[in-house]
Amino acid sequence: MVNRNCRATLRLLTLINRQGHPHPPLSSSPSGHISHSYLILPFSIAFVFLTVLCFYSGTGIDACWKQLQRNNVHGEHKIVSFFSPLASSLKTRQWGVKIQSRCYGSASVLVQRNPKFSKLNDEDVRYFEGILGAKNVIQDDEKLITANTDWMRKYKGSSKLLLQPRTTDQVSEILKYCNFRCLAVVPQGGNTGLVGGSVPVFDEVVVSLSAMSKIISFDKVSGILVCEAGCILENIISFLDSEGFIMPLDLGAKGSCQIGGNVSTNAGGLRLLRYGSLHGNVLGIEAVLADGTVLDMLKTLRKDNTGYDLKHLFIGSEGSLGIVTKVSILTPPKLSSVNVAFLACKDYSSCQKLLQEARRKLGEILSAFEFLDSNAMNLVLNHLEGARNPLPTSLHNFYVLIETTGSDESSDKQKLEAFLLGSMENELISDGALAQDINQASSFWLLREGIPEALMRAGAVYKYDLSIPVEKMYNLVEEMRSRLGNDANVVGYGHLGDGNLHLNVSTPQYDDKILSQIEPFVYEWTSKHHGSISAEHGLGLMKANKIFYSKSPETVKVMTSIKKLLDPNHILNPYKVLPCSSIS
Amino acid sequence: MKIMVAIKRVIDYAVKIRVKPDKSGVVTQNVKMSMNPFCEIALEEALRIRESGLASEVVAVTMGPSQCLDTLRTGLAMGADRGIHVDSTSALHPLHVAKILRNLVQIEKPSLIILGKQAIDDDCNQTGQMVAGLLNWPQGTFASKVSPSSNHPGFKNQAFAPTMWWGFPKDKSNMSQIGKKEYTHGTMKSLIGVVLDKEKEEVTVDREVDDGIETVQLKLPAVITTDLRLNQPRYATLPNIMKAKSKPIKKFTPQELNVEIKSDLEIVEVTEPPKRKAGVMVSSVDELIEKLKNEAKVI
Repeated sequence: MVNRNCRATLRLLTLINRQGHPHPPLSSSPSGHISHSYLILPFSIAFVFLTVLCFYSGTGIDACWKQLQRNNVHGEHKIVSFFSPLASSLKTRQWGVKIQSRCYGSASVLVQRNPKFSKLNDEDVRYFEGILGAKNVIQDDEKLITANTDWMRKYKGSSKLLLQPRTTDQVSEILKYCNFRCLAVVPQGGNTGLVGGSVPVFDEVVVSLSAMSKIISFDKVSGILVCEAGCILENIISFLDSEGFIMPLDLGAKGSCQIGGNVSTNAGGLRLLRYGSLHGNVLGIEAVLADGTVLDMLKTLRKDNTGYDLKHLFIGSEGSLGIVTKVSILTPPKLSSVNVAFLACKDYSSCQKLLQEARRKLGEILSAFEFLDSNAMNLVLNHLEGARNPLPTSLHNFYVLIETTGSDESSDKQKLEAFLLGSMENELISDGALAQDINQASSFWLLREGIPEALMRAGAVYKYDLSIPVEKMYNLVEEMRSRLGNDANVVGYGHLGDGNLHLNVSTPQYDDKILSQIEPFVYEWTSKHHGSISAEHGLGLMKANKIFYSKSPETVKVMTSIKKLLDPNHILNPYKVLPCSSIS
Repeated sequence: MKIMVAIKRVIDYAVKIRVKPDKSGVVTQNVKMSMNPFCEIALEEALRIRESGLASEVVAVTMGPSQCLDTLRTGLAMGADRGIHVDSTSALHPLHVAKILRNLVQIEKPSLIILGKQAIDDDCNQTGQMVAGLLNWPQGTFASKVSPSSNHPGFKNQAFAPTMWWGFPKDKSNMSQIGKKEYTHGTMKSLIGVVLDKEKEEVTVDREVDDGIETVQLKLPAVITTDLRLNQPRYATLPNIMKAKSKPIKKFTPQELNVEIKSDLEIVEVTEPPKRKAGVMVSSVDELIEKLKNEAKVI
């Protein structure tokens, strides 16, 4: 079903592109606006044919199309569309239809702006200035461009307003007003998300939590930290470092990502193997619901079995159930002995066996187990300055990074060395290097953490984050390679210890032909092996309609009713996470 | 030909240093320790000379308590052939180290001693020079191999100055044995780092000094201390770690080497550098002038 949609919309896009016209077509329900379309008669017929085809398939995506109405956009600022940023504004003003088509991610879906959301007007801006002060109400174009574009530069919104509240009460006032006025809102943290969940799709108001970056309290005995949602992860890590503790999560984006966003996305990271997910480490949350109600669940208790534990709803909801404003998190103590080893394996099955052995021999000191394949290694060495190959003597097929964290330097090192030498004798690893000081350890981690950046520099990249049973994990990479052949560079790396594969397809430019080879094959393959189409990145906008690959319709129905309960007007982060067929 | 490399166990370069509350020193309990980065570079250079066939053996020497054996094992894992551990629990200052090294040289008889230019815990930059003085050997300090395209502040890009050659006056004892000195401004000379010539028994060293690169030619035996940009030390790979377990480590004590560890220096106090004060935002030029005049008192 979804296949047919892909083909249909792809045909549509090529039609439009062929015209060289930035002008988006007037799409409409068959019942009748076509009579008004005097400019696109030549291909409107073809288009109607296509829409009929689309309707035939009957998936949730089509319901969006039925919603379509003409919106007059006189007097609007320029509308940024992917076809042509500037010239389109003229035409669309005439036609008054706002369609955002995303050519890059899952290009197969054309999302329509929900007409029940109001448009922002000056009165709203003045009201916000009254709550926040003029300094925190931003309409400056440059700052808006950063807030409207995601880290991968794949998704671009057209929001006109960026708000920076400083207290939970201000957030509550903002949401109360937006709910009353039916203005859509996008909560934004560090804007490092990889599925387009942190940027507006159309003109939603962006509520940035960056100004709420205070560390409220820290209990040195229990290691429980209470901080506001806008604290940057790296700052929290350095604060905890001086107290002798560490954060239970660590990701490559730590320099920019904020803890509120991490919690809302249930970020996994590099230490999940040892410290578990955020569901286990977050002890309390303070969140603001869509109607402005402040839910204070900010406890600092390890155990609290009183009633339903609602904070888990917000962890991983990607800002669609409420805006997280404060977080209380349990932090583990910083252990003195950290050892990192970078190993080479000749094939994937030895990587798996190595994981089993590591779990057994290293046991409680194992804190990270990552793998990358030779394509990933080459990318990093070529595109990242300062990246150095620790095993330059020969090329290997797979590389594994193992980190151990313990309290006794000499015994940990002995354990690790014994394990590594044993694995070498059993031919599980063909070569390896052990970091002798912190600088060498960081250079090993750079090779693994720098892969996303290297991919960005190499050109266009299609990113997939999948949870697959460990035995079958690399089969997907090999199948993708055979499907795409020489057209693209398929790179596989990820958290082998958690069964999480980051599949990336690197091409010089974005190309729909390649996209059609990848999707929906990737999702179908994962679904067939009972995996998850989004292990840690979340659904966001990219996979908003793909949830059925990993969750049953009944489950999604319950999710939709929860969303309706907490956000009846659907103003929080619309068009994302749940399929739009299920919303209204 | 034997090369002796001295390595030191110091607090890891990336660790945040904290001063003890009684200001008597720096916190070393439960803090990650590792090999001094300059010593790593020295060992790497020695290994490269051996791999090019010009030396037969690299001996790594370390001095200190028994924990120093970890650092010595790292040195062996990088590729040194033998290790020597001089066991001493008292604080060793550069002069003690230099005396111990001199006495070890009389036992081991190496042709080249390579050390790091300084240790990152005391920043003394004295041991190499003292060893050369005690042994009466020529020294090439701050050995470096800066590439021509680097932004070294010493590279002045004027016209290429003619190379100046001067020998030392013959009346200075032993100076004529030391060799020639060449001095270059600018970037046009190709840089060699440390180059050994076995037949002539000489070593040519590029020294990184404030004005640029100075090339000295030393007659062996000689002392070389290494600077940051000489090479990039290798990682300790697993096969080498395995081999290191069977490499011999000889143990000495300062008494056996006839060196008396008598401290002539006493560290009186260690304090942190003053914390950087926060900046003050001023709203107008008048306020700035007023503050400069009255508060900072600079105008």
